[in-house]
Amino acid sequence: MTRRPAPRVVIDDASRDGRVDVDGLLADPGVEIVVCCGSGGVGKTTTAAALALRAAEQGRRVCVLTIDPARRLAQSMGLTELDNTPRPVEGVRGTGSLDAMMLDMKRTFDEVVERHASPEKAAQILQNPFYVALSSSFAGTQEYMAMEKLGQLHAQDATPSHDSPTRRWDLIVVDTPPSRSALDFLDAPERLSSLLDGRFLKLLLMPAKGPARLLSAGLGVVTGALNKVLGAQFLTDLQTFIAAFDTLFGGFRQRAEATFALLQADETRFVVVAAPEPAAMREASYFVERLAGESMPLAGLVVNRVHVDDEAGITAAAAQTAAERLRGTGPVEDVTADLLSVRADRLAVAEREHHQRRAFASAHPSVPTVAVPALAGDVHDLDGLRQIGDLLAGVSTD
Amino acid sequence: MSVATELHVVTGKGGTGKTTVAAALAMSLAGRGRRVLLCEVEGRQGIAQLFDVPPLPYAERKIAVGPDGGEVYALAIDPESALLEYLQMFYRLGRAGRALDRFGIIDFATTIAPGVRDVLLTGKVYEAARRRDGSRYAYDAVVMDAPPTGRITRFLNVNSELAGLAKVGPIKRQAEAIMTMMRARSTHVHLVTVLEEMPVTETVDGIAELQAERLPVGHVVVNLIRPELVSAATRAALDDETVGVDDVATVLTSVGLPAAAATTLVDGGHAAIRREELETEQRSVLADCGQPVVELPRLAGGIDLGALYDLAGRLEEMGR
Repeated sequence: MTRRPAPRVVIDDASRDGRVDVDGLLADPGVEIVVCCGSGGVGKTTTAAALALRAAEQGRRVCVLTIDPARRLAQSMGLTELDNTPRPVEGVRGTGSLDAMMLDMKRTFDEVVERHASPEKAAQILQNPFYVALSSSFAGTQEYMAMEKLGQLHAQDATPSHDSPTRRWDLIVVDTPPSRSALDFLDAPERLSSLLDGRFLKLLLMPAKGPARLLSAGLGVVTGALNKVLGAQFLTDLQTFIAAFDTLFGGFRQRAEATFALLQADETRFVVVAAPEPAAMREASYFVERLAGESMPLAGLVVNRVHVDDEAGITAAAAQTAAERLRGTGPVEDVTADLLSVRADRLAVAEREHHQRRAFASAHPSVPTVAVPALAGDVHDLDGLRQIGDLLAGVSTD
Repeated sequence: MSVATELHVVTGKGGTGKTTVAAALAMSLAGRGRRVLLCEVEGRQGIAQLFDVPPLPYAERKIAVGPDGGEVYALAIDPESALLEYLQMFYRLGRAGRALDRFGIIDFATTIAPGVRDVLLTGKVYEAARRRDGSRYAYDAVVMDAPPTGRITRFLNVNSELAGLAKVGPIKRQAEAIMTMMRARSTHVHLVTVLEEMPVTETVDGIAELQAERLPVGHVVVNLIRPELVSAATRAALDDETVGVDDVATVLTSVGLPAAAATTLVDGGHAAIRREELETEQRSVLADCGQPVVELPRLAGGIDLGALYDLAGRLEEMGR
C-alpha cells in the first residue's frame, strides 16, 4: 500500500483558525482560476457565482463559467440564453467587471472542429452520425467540453487584445458539471490523451492505412471480435469518423495536457463544495483525497446550508420538555410551546450537521473550511449572491 | 407466461435521497413472496452504505427481506464487468475478450468513450429484467437507483442514439429491445425531490423531458418532509404581533428558561413560518405536475433498517 498523499492546501488562503480566507483568496492576483467542485445539489453553482461576483466587486475582472445553472440563478446574472459566449453582468458595483456564460457543449465541440480542421473536413465531421451523437448526447462530453472551454477562456485571458494592452479576465471561476463525481471532470483531459495515445485508436485506423496482412495474430482476433459484436457497418462508420478526426487529435491532446497542467498550476485553486449531510460529505472527502492524489492546489471546503446553534441558552432537551409542559395551558403558552418545538428541531438538525462536519475535520485536519448558514429561500438576484458572498467571507450581513 | 418484470427507475436531484427512496421502494415491492432486484449504476456504493454492509460486488446478493417473506437482492453494476459478462454471454469471447482487454478496448469502452458506459449499464438492467428462471421471470421487479434528474433522460435514451448509429446487427437489435423496455407500460420513472424551489423546478422540467422522449413517468416522491411545527394560531399570533417577545419572555421565565432567549425564539418562529410558506408554494407546483405525488417524512434518527421499513410502508401505492 502506498501512503495517502496529503492535500496540497495553500496555506496563504487560510486564516489561523482553520477557516478559508475567502477575501484573501479572491484578492490574490496570483490566483487566476477557481474551480468549484462537489456532488450535485450542494449549491456549487451558487457558490461559484457568489465568489465571482464578490471578486468582481472587489475590483477584479472576472469571468464565471457555469455548466447547468438553475433558471432563476441564471436570470439573476442576466443569462437568458445559452449562446456559449461570456456576457457582461449588469449591476456589478465598483471598478471590476463580471462576465458570465453558460456552457453549450455541442457548440463548443463544433467550434473546436471548425477551428482546427479544413472547411471540407469540418463539414464532413459535423455531419458524421458518430460526431452528432458524441457531441450532443453522450454523457461525458460535457466534462470534456467544460475543460476545453476553461482552456479557451484562460488562453484568451493570457492573450492581449489588439486594442488594449490589458488581459480580458484576471480571474476565471468555474462551476463543474453535475456528473457522478470529480473523476469525470478531472479525468477528462487525461482520458482524452490516453485515448489518443491508445492502441485502440491505432487499431481502428490501421485497416484504413496499412495492409491487413501486417496485422499481428492478436489484432486479427480483436478486429474479428469487434466485427462480430458491433457489425461491420458500425465499425466502418466508426473508422471513417476516427480517420476524419485524425488530424484534429494532435491539437486536442496538446490542449488537454495544457489544461491538466493548468489545473495543477500555482494560479489555480480548487474549492470543494458540500452540504452537511452524509452522502455529500463523503463525496467531499473523496474529492479532497482525489485532488491530493493529483497534487491539485486546494483552497478549502465550503459547506453550504448549515444550521448553527445560535447559543440562545436553551438546549434541545430543555426546549422539548418545556414545550410539552406548556402546550394546552393558554394561548401565549401555546405560541411559546410551538416556538420551543421549532427550536428543538433546529438544534437537533444543527447537532446532526455538526457531527458530519466534525467527522470530515477529523479525517482532513489540514483542510480549511467555511460554513455558510442556511437561508430561507433560493438566490434570485445579485443581492442574494452578495449575501452568500458575505457569508462565505465571514462578514456580518446586517 | 408470467407478467413482465416491472422496472422502477428512481431519479432525483442530488441530495434529495434517491438511494434511500430506491431502497425503500424495493423493500415495499418485495412483499408477499416477491423477488426484487435493487441495483445502482454510479459506482457510489450507496446501497452498501445504506444497509451498512461491505461494498457490493458485481453479483446479485440478498440484502433484505420484504414485509411478508419477499426478498430484496442488490447489485452494483459497473460497466467493465458488464461488458466482459456481455461479451462472454452473447459471443462466448473467452480468448478474444481477454485480447480486447489487452488492447485497452475494455478500458476504452468503459471509461474513455463517452456514452458507452450508459449503454452497458442500461444493458445490464435489461438483462436482469428480462432474465428467466424456468417459466417465470427471475425478478418480479427491478429497482434502479439511477443517475440524477439532470441526466436521466439522456441516460435512459442512450440506446435510441445507439440504435440510430448501428444500422444493422446485434447491437442495433439489442438497443431497440432496450428502448422498447424503457418505454413499456411495466416501466416507471419516479422522481425524488424535496420541497425546495430548485429541486421542484428540476423535477417539473425532468417530467417534461421524459415525456418528450415517451419515457413513462411514475410517481413524484417528496422526501425529507419536515414536521409542521407552527400551528395556524401561532402563525396568526406572530404575524399580527398579538404575541410579542415580551409575552414569550414571561412564559419562558415561568418554566425556568432564560427570558433573553425570547428574541431568538420569535425570530426562529418567523423563519419557520417563511420556510413553511415556501414549502406550501412548492407543494402546489407539484400538485399541478400531472403525476401522482407521495410524501416521505424526514426521520429524526437518520436512516437505518427500521427506518427503511417505515418508509417502505409509505410507498406501497407505488407498486399498485
